[in-house]
Amino acid sequence: MAIPKVCGIETEYGIMVRGADNNPVSASSLLINAYLNTHTRKIVWDFQDERPGNDARGFSLDDALAPDIDTHLVNAVLTNGARYYVDHAHPEVSTPECLDAREVVLFDRAAEEIVRASMIAARNLLPEGAEILCHKNNSDGKGNSYGCHENYLLSRETPFGRIVAQVTPHFVTRQIVIGAGKVGCELAGVGADDVPFQISQRADFFEEEVGLETTLKRPIVNTRDEPHCDATKYRRLHVILGDANMSEVATYLKVGATAIVLAMIEDDVMGDDLTIANPVGAIRQVSHDTALKRTILLRSGRRARAMEIQWSLLERARKYERSHGLGCVGEEVGADVLRRWEDVLTGLEHDRDSVADVVDWVAKQRMVEGFAERHRVRPGDARLKALDLQYHDMRREKCLADRVGLQTLVSDDEVRAAMTNPPTTTRAYFRGRCLAKWPADIVAANWDSLVFDVGRDPLRRVPMMEPLRGTEEHVGRLIDESDTATELLARLGA
Amino acid sequence: MAERTQKQKSAPARTEEEVTEAPATTATGEKLKAELDDLLDEIDGVLETNAEDFVKSYVQKGGE
Repeated sequence: MAIPKVCGIETEYGIMVRGADNNPVSASSLLINAYLNTHTRKIVWDFQDERPGNDARGFSLDDALAPDIDTHLVNAVLTNGARYYVDHAHPEVSTPECLDAREVVLFDRAAEEIVRASMIAARNLLPEGAEILCHKNNSDGKGNSYGCHENYLLSRETPFGRIVAQVTPHFVTRQIVIGAGKVGCELAGVGADDVPFQISQRADFFEEEVGLETTLKRPIVNTRDEPHCDATKYRRLHVILGDANMSEVATYLKVGATAIVLAMIEDDVMGDDLTIANPVGAIRQVSHDTALKRTILLRSGRRARAMEIQWSLLERARKYERSHGLGCVGEEVGADVLRRWEDVLTGLEHDRDSVADVVDWVAKQRMVEGFAERHRVRPGDARLKALDLQYHDMRREKCLADRVGLQTLVSDDEVRAAMTNPPTTTRAYFRGRCLAKWPADIVAANWDSLVFDVGRDPLRRVPMMEPLRGTEEHVGRLIDESDTATELLARLGA
Repeated sequence: MAERTQKQKSAPARTEEEVTEAPATTATGEKLKAELDDLLDEIDGVLETNAEDFVKSYVQKGGE
């Protein structure tokens, strides 16, 4: 049976400074430090287990990749179990490990609020009138893209080749449900009249079917083999092609449906009949086809619309629910994901406006086309691109996604709590609670360990190689009852 | 924000040939149009005053 699909999202935010020096690296540092100094005590990230050069196909590129020169940049771990850091020239938040898609939505929303709080805190550190603006999007419209990556826990026993072959049809077509929409196209030689609007922010940037890169020649399936847990038992599938969503339901469906598809692959019930002949060409074609009418050539020789492939995946998921249950993604959340997935496909096909409150690209397209009609604006007009950017604007007073009537899944109170409290059902609980209770005794933290300095002894590393150990059920009482970190370590037998 | 009531929808038909295009009723269509008009009114007040400069200055470094 498929193992629990522990999952999370890491989002790089667009950043610009107005009214002062616009250096994105220093602005990202300032932004994050402003938050940490105002809201938390800083604990540094520990790079001990980072191996981004390991390839799931079985070789290591560590010697071939440039050394990571970013390690001096701000890199902190928060009491909710998340990581908040500067990645390249962007602020990035990785959610803590979550047990289901709803929890990912909650912590992704908490991450947005952390970024908003950071922007406010940063104002006090900038010259009068200057401000840092953040956007939860994936491209600047000028050919520069940054990612919103998902992570899913898989069993090491699942053959990687099968994952690549069988997840690709979902990766190429899921954008019709969860694309964030984009005004224009960033492919060379394609003008605003050719593609005035497309479904995905990211589709223009994918050039390979499979590979290790994330910044150049981006692959549809990324092979980074860095499980951040027991590598003999687990893989972490690092999914790099998704858009950052403003719609909570879209994030929910992105993670929920993908987790179910991966569970089906793990249980080997997916089959190979949906294999796409040319996935790279198809991903762009699907993104550019807002009418959802064009067909994709499958390796079997059959042609199918993206919509038909999504229906077929949903039908398989329904069958899988009956034969295997959805325990590995959470029974209730899994069943709800299937219902909503079906609602969106039905709406897209028969009443597009009915899904404008859950599908980002539909909401954005309606707004952009309505504006263009009202103001008699032609494709290529800067105002349309401004609407696109402002859809993702993290300033409440400017954010257009806030104004299009998107449904919500989580309450403001839940989001506020998730800014500081970790999930209770994964090892993020142990990380977050320890950081909150003994910040002075923890010198470093990362996904799979905490390093304590309790004075007289050498530093003590507490490994957390099992993503589902260190939960509230396992260690809640232990943490509650330990007055000091020394006592905790003694009781853990560390 | 408040949690919203889930929209209830009937089970859909799966293939094109089984379904005829369901035209939105005039009332629904008008409501949607009114909502969009309200949204566009609001956008006129929220959109960056110098959209062209804003878009031009929005340059990011690649990431990931």
